[in-house]
Amino acid sequence: MADRKNAKSKYTIDRQIPGAFEGETVTRRRFMTGAAHTAGGIATAAFVLPSLGFALGPLFEAKEQSWQAVGAIGDFGGDTYVPRTITLTPEIGDVGKATVFVRQFNPAVDEEERDQYNEYIAISTACMHLGCPVNFVQAAKRFICPCHGGVYDFVGKVAGGPPVRPLDRFYTRVEGGTVLVGPRFSVNSELRRFSPRDPGEPLDGVGQFLYPSRPTMRKIEGT
Amino acid sequence: MPKLKLPAPPLPNKALPQPRRPGKAYGPQGPVEHAKEAGTSAVGWIDERTSLSGFGRWAMFRKVPKGTNWFYTLGSASMFAFLSQSVTGVFLAMYYEPSATRAYESIRHINNDVFLGEFVHAMHKWGSTVMVVLVFMHMGRTFFFGAYKYPRELNWVIGVVLLILTMTMSFTGYLLPFDQRSYWATIVGVNINGTGPLVGPYLSDFLRAGPEFGATTLSRFYAVHMMLVPGLIAALIGFHLYLVTKLGTTAPPWVQAKAPESVREERVEG
Repeated sequence: MADRKNAKSKYTIDRQIPGAFEGETVTRRRFMTGAAHTAGGIATAAFVLPSLGFALGPLFEAKEQSWQAVGAIGDFGGDTYVPRTITLTPEIGDVGKATVFVRQFNPAVDEEERDQYNEYIAISTACMHLGCPVNFVQAAKRFICPCHGGVYDFVGKVAGGPPVRPLDRFYTRVEGGTVLVGPRFSVNSELRRFSPRDPGEPLDGVGQFLYPSRPTMRKIEGT
Repeated sequence: MPKLKLPAPPLPNKALPQPRRPGKAYGPQGPVEHAKEAGTSAVGWIDERTSLSGFGRWAMFRKVPKGTNWFYTLGSASMFAFLSQSVTGVFLAMYYEPSATRAYESIRHINNDVFLGEFVHAMHKWGSTVMVVLVFMHMGRTFFFGAYKYPRELNWVIGVVLLILTMTMSFTGYLLPFDQRSYWATIVGVNINGTGPLVGPYLSDFLRAGPEFGATTLSRFYAVHMMLVPGLIAALIGFHLYLVTKLGTTAPPWVQAKAPESVREERVEG
């Protein structure tokens, strides 16, 4: 039996290992095992990491936003909404299109501060419960969702049902007598602007931290 | 009926039974006997090289407990539902186009023009519901018979993962017909995913490949539905079955285990 002191030595030759070299600390068997595992690990990482990046890439890529003309300034009044179709994702036909309800800023009902982006109010039709399309009902002056009974008042604030925040809006601006609709943003119950969130994600209280904004879509800086 | 003996047909010498050659005391003689034993020898050829028959006996000829009944077939039923989904799915993929502008048209083509297309599509569509129902019944059987207890906990865990993967299949498959119902159900489903705090919004972006329903959302769902999840399900079913074979099945709870006579006698004496 080998000497116990020698068995703890870092030199393989002191540990009585057959075929040990002078000054060798790692056995060839251990070195071979480690080398094989490393090579296998590198080979696996070489195809797994790029594939994962490929699949997860869209999470970090900002979506291209565009400003689209929806009509002349004379087309929209302050008392009712006019439906307009805009393209959210080009080149995929009807799937990429969405309806927005547009009207002029109306000091009688709109309490938020006026700036260059809300001369006209453009309301998204995605219900803030789970994303079904809401419709503006003129007789009731309310937005009503057909899926689970969400109801919003004239400015898009929740009037009843399951929605967790007011309807999303789009930035608008006027250019040479034409109203342009731009990127989407979300609002909390006081109509403060936030980076766009998905439906079902509240923005009051801790909501804005529980449902963080994503790199794919942010509001315009400083608004 | 009187037994009729037909005269032997005149055969060429080669086909007549030959006397055994020296040193060949057994084994098939001549082409007729060789033909008769072709199946056995083919299986033997493979078995000699793989030893698969031992595995086959281990997997197929198991002892099952007293009281085993029809409820024990629900697992196999789920598996056959999965196999049916796999086969019909593979053939549907031959005609389906996962593109936002072509998907609906290709499904319409399958249903209206392709021979048996509506039938195979319907098998896949209704089969998915059948599979979910069977999986739940199988789970209920396992639960109410107490078959999840030691040493079968890991098989229960694998079963739960299989249930989740089955639901993932249902969710991703629902979008593929790409009609109004598919589209809005997917919008709602993705938004339900998004309501998970902190990770939810990112999960939604992953599912849609972006912040809105976009050009690659459909192909993403199609890839998950076609490649990712079926592969995982097949692999996990394999492991699930291995554990069933390894651990055996449980008796139903109403069958009492009876200790052998000798053991009971000892207990009385002690």
